[in-house]
Amino acid sequence: MTVWPRFTPVADHALLVSFADSISDEASEAVIALDRALALNPPLGYAECVPALINLLIDFDPLLTDHSQICTHVTDLLKRCNTDKKVGQSYEVEICYEDEFAPDLSAVSLATGLSVEAVIDMHFNGAYQVRMYGFAPGFAYMSGVPNAIQVPRKPVALRDIPAGSVIIAAQQCLVTTLNMPTGWSIIGRSPTQIFMPNSSTPFLFEVGDTVRFKRIDRAHYKRHSKAVALG
Amino acid sequence: MAESRLKVISSGPLVSYQDTGRFGMMRFGVPASGPMDRLGYAAALAALGFERGNTTIEVSMGGVALQCESGEISFSIAGGGFQVRHAGALAPSWCVRTLRSGETLVVRSGLWGSWAYIAFAGDLDCSTWAGHTATHAASNMGGGLIKSGDVVKVRNAQVMETREGELPIPEFARSRPVAHVVLGPQSEYFQLDAIDAFSESVFSVSASFDRMGMQLVGPGLQLKNALSIPSEPLVRGSVQVSGNGVASVLLSDHQTTGGYPKIATLISSDIDALAQLRPSERIRFKTVSAEDAIRLVRLNMHSRQKYLQSIALPRMTLDQRLMSENLISGAV
Repeated sequence: MTVWPRFTPVADHALLVSFADSISDEASEAVIALDRALALNPPLGYAECVPALINLLIDFDPLLTDHSQICTHVTDLLKRCNTDKKVGQSYEVEICYEDEFAPDLSAVSLATGLSVEAVIDMHFNGAYQVRMYGFAPGFAYMSGVPNAIQVPRKPVALRDIPAGSVIIAAQQCLVTTLNMPTGWSIIGRSPTQIFMPNSSTPFLFEVGDTVRFKRIDRAHYKRHSKAVALG
Repeated sequence: MAESRLKVISSGPLVSYQDTGRFGMMRFGVPASGPMDRLGYAAALAALGFERGNTTIEVSMGGVALQCESGEISFSIAGGGFQVRHAGALAPSWCVRTLRSGETLVVRSGLWGSWAYIAFAGDLDCSTWAGHTATHAASNMGGGLIKSGDVVKVRNAQVMETREGELPIPEFARSRPVAHVVLGPQSEYFQLDAIDAFSESVFSVSASFDRMGMQLVGPGLQLKNALSIPSEPLVRGSVQVSGNGVASVLLSDHQTTGGYPKIATLISSDIDALAQLRPSERIRFKTVSAEDAIRLVRLNMHSRQKYLQSIALPRMTLDQRLMSENLISGAV
């Protein structure tokens, strides 16, 4: 039997703290709580921390500290860690689901046996939470895709999917921030700026923040994305 | 202050501006980027008397050719064993020289190594992203990739005659066929014989080698119950194994999370030498405990520091040194 949390050394300079071996809300809440506790109370030699779905990586300076000192610090933090379900900021993200931005919507409808309108309805009514960043700068993985519209990854990734695409795979959803390949289903496009490369705070979300989607039409999308391009 | 303009006559793929790297943003999906060989980069800076932080040009095996259009400026080169031609004549792979108007500097792959660093005695004029010029090649954010036809501008160009000369290349800066690793953090997702095969076999570097990582050729490493492990954080030096059993070492522009299991992770002081390997060269992984990894890294960092301090001292020519001694004694 594994005892949670589990501490695993990563080379000479990091410690991985895992709370489970499969994805769950509880594991994610534990990761987010420890992430916040570390930000308020960093150990000596702390470099940075990467929260993910079931675990969190703490990177440190091996000239100043070591795995066991970080482990002691974390164990102590966990005893005092506030594990209430208080989440971070909440944001609204606009999505246009019209055909030209949603090449995979009909395939999702076919796979789930729901009408296209029902898929859209379920998607934008979901409650989402940012669980992890990964893959590319600003790619925020959100949990919360309702069971009825969950579809697996496509067997082959498509190249050059435009930034702003709203993509889903299993329980996860994300809004792409750069033109990148993806094997996820593309079901919409967002004009909301969640990655602002020239800002001093380039990323809209912190891990743990909650997100609600707002459905917009094509005209609104065009106006809004144009305003962003000009501004 | 003087400005120096260098025309890029030719530039291979993956020649880019790099500073130390942007640390602290992995939580937003942003790797540090920065030099593939941090030691070579640090040596190029130290040779001009700079502390860490300045922007350099990272040269890939594709090479680069620059021509000075105006101004004069000292430069240093370190990292790898590249072929360096300055003003038409062969120069040492690691050296400090001064480039004058009309002269060319051509850096091409030489006897060994995949990455070289050119530092200038001045400030390279290039764009920054999130406070750093380090280029993330896939998104081209930061200073960016350098293309044939570009003009490289250096502000506050200086000549540092007392620093000119050849630089010693320490043994630990060379590419070598062994790298130390700590097993894990997901070694439980491998068959036992895969762990043995990983630590006992000789791998070779494949042609799939860029700033994100280096794919290896070697025995297939069988995974165990690893079909759908949740995405987990990755670091520079993670050895990730894909579903078909192929291992890759992740490097400067690595993705920050990934769903393939990691069999082992390179110790931080062995990554530079590994990154200097070339396609088809051999590599073996020696496993050490996490405690030994820290001990080794502290020792290695101490040697590095001593070396960097030694090349940071102005070198002066023998004539100058004698002259200054004569001046001192003449004054008595």
